[in-house]
Amino acid sequence: MTSSESAPVTGPAGPARSWTAYLRSRAVAALPPEKLLPDRQPAYVASWVYVFGVLTIAAFLLALASGTVIALEGPQWYHGSSIGLFFNSLHLWSVELFFFFMVIHLWATFFMAAWRGRRGLTWVLGALSFLASVGTAFTGYLVQSNFDSQWIATQAKDGLNSVGIGAWFNVLDMGQMLLFHVLLLPVALAALIAGHLILVRRRGVVPPFPAAGASVPDPGVVAPAERRSGGASS
Amino acid sequence: MVSHRLLAAPIDLHRPAHYVHWGIVQISVPNLIVVGLLVLVLVLAVLLPFPRGGGR
Repeated sequence: MTSSESAPVTGPAGPARSWTAYLRSRAVAALPPEKLLPDRQPAYVASWVYVFGVLTIAAFLLALASGTVIALEGPQWYHGSSIGLFFNSLHLWSVELFFFFMVIHLWATFFMAAWRGRRGLTWVLGALSFLASVGTAFTGYLVQSNFDSQWIATQAKDGLNSVGIGAWFNVLDMGQMLLFHVLLLPVALAALIAGHLILVRRRGVVPPFPAAGASVPDPGVVAPAERRSGGASS
Repeated sequence: MVSHRLLAAPIDLHRPAHYVHWGIVQISVPNLIVVGLLVLVLVLAVLLPFPRGGGR
């Protein structure tokens, strides 16, 4: 091996000069690996009420997987064969469970005021995920390829026209609704959920309200002295 | 035939749902049942003890 082959491909050690090194150093500082994939959680997380976020994600992944299968095979298969009907039902019920778990997660985090401790953006991304989920489910009902979807589309068009968006979100346009359902909205929803999760990892899980006279340390809140010394990123 | 009857829904799903009216609130019985289940599961999640893992 020559000296030129063993030479480092990056510049000398020191302050990052390239945008990739800058981005990497900022990303690692904001979300170090031990925070991204922790193996321990605060004691207060040992409660069933904290389980519904991950149950929502599990149902979302099942909806994605079953949706992929029925997209590959097509409506004649998922309406006309036993295994197709099974996957069609799997897709429906994974979405039902997704919303069931998400609503409980929403209620639980609302009553815990989960936006405390600089978690406002986490809350906003969760709320936007909920809205994107409603749109994704709605377009899903529109592309079932049966009389039910036709009925829903003809009922929905009047509502959407009345608020002035029917011209560019046309529920009678099967091609547009199909692309919204299988591409645009799932990608947006996955991105919102990913952002929500990253912020949960960064700020930590919100602690419950302490009992009178007690205090619960919040992993998302950095003490002013620690922040000045750069001990934790904001 | 017996298995079909066992697998069939316990109520007829081909008829319009019953609705309950309470002041300005109007909701179908199936949706009311789902809301009740949501509340029940949330209350159970708060009250039921969580199994403790080792060393956490």
